[in-house]
Amino acid sequence: MPQSPGLFYQVHFYLFGLLAIASALAFVTRKSPVAAALWLVSVMFNLAALYVMMDAHFVGAIQVLVYAGAIMVVFLFVVMLLNLGHPDELSDIRGRWGRLAAGGVGLALLAQIMVLARTRFAPELQVPANPVFGGPPDRGAVGTVAQPLFTEHLLAFELTSILLLAAIVGAVAIGKRRTAP
Amino acid sequence: MIPEALALSAVLFTIGTIGVLTRRNAIVIFMCVELMLNAVNLTFVALSKLYGVTGQVFVVFVMTVAAAEAAVGLAIIIAIFRHGQTVNLKNINLLKG
Repeated sequence: MPQSPGLFYQVHFYLFGLLAIASALAFVTRKSPVAAALWLVSVMFNLAALYVMMDAHFVGAIQVLVYAGAIMVVFLFVVMLLNLGHPDELSDIRGRWGRLAAGGVGLALLAQIMVLARTRFAPELQVPANPVFGGPPDRGAVGTVAQPLFTEHLLAFELTSILLLAAIVGAVAIGKRRTAP
Repeated sequence: MIPEALALSAVLFTIGTIGVLTRRNAIVIFMCVELMLNAVNLTFVALSKLYGVTGQVFVVFVMTVAAAEAAVGLAIIIAIFRHGQTVNLKNINLLKG
């Protein structure tokens, strides 16, 4: 991170921060559990963007994959399994403004892709010609986290596997429907 | 940017606490706990810029514990729902006897 971040960096930092706060406020005020869960996913995506901006690329990636992709799916699955979402509050966007907004967002994303397709990236963002043997001196996004994880904190990492195994067995044992003998 | 990140983390943690205290739906309360864990993760990442990459390693562990907690907690909620057909905490007062 440069010592004095530029205006571009600052504007996006505040943008993602304010979006995270707004999404969190919407999350705690929604009545429907499904809407709340989707707003929480929005909070997590904004936090992932902040992680990437703070040079924690690997944490940003697993924030999207694990939190937004796995944990929130489990939450939504349980909400829908128990049929807790109130159907009258979960109406699809049928209004004209919703469609206009969706179309505008789609056009903006399309324009972004068109611009990105013809952008010339900075050399440090390009894949090196010989990535295996002539790699960069730093260990990359994953290696910086993996190095201390598998050396200093190896015991904690191995204990994590026991924790996950206990959680899986416990979840199945608790959630199992007991059959009358 | 680190003070701003810490302030944002505090705000998110406060919002999560408010949600835990005000909501009645057990699943939404679980999601508020996840929001609080996320706020703490933001603190870890922000301070890892000052004190080295160990903070990011800790975030990995926090996410693992969060996943385990979500699995077990939701299983408990399903069991409670099977017992009483509700997840509203007002109606779950078995410990009162």
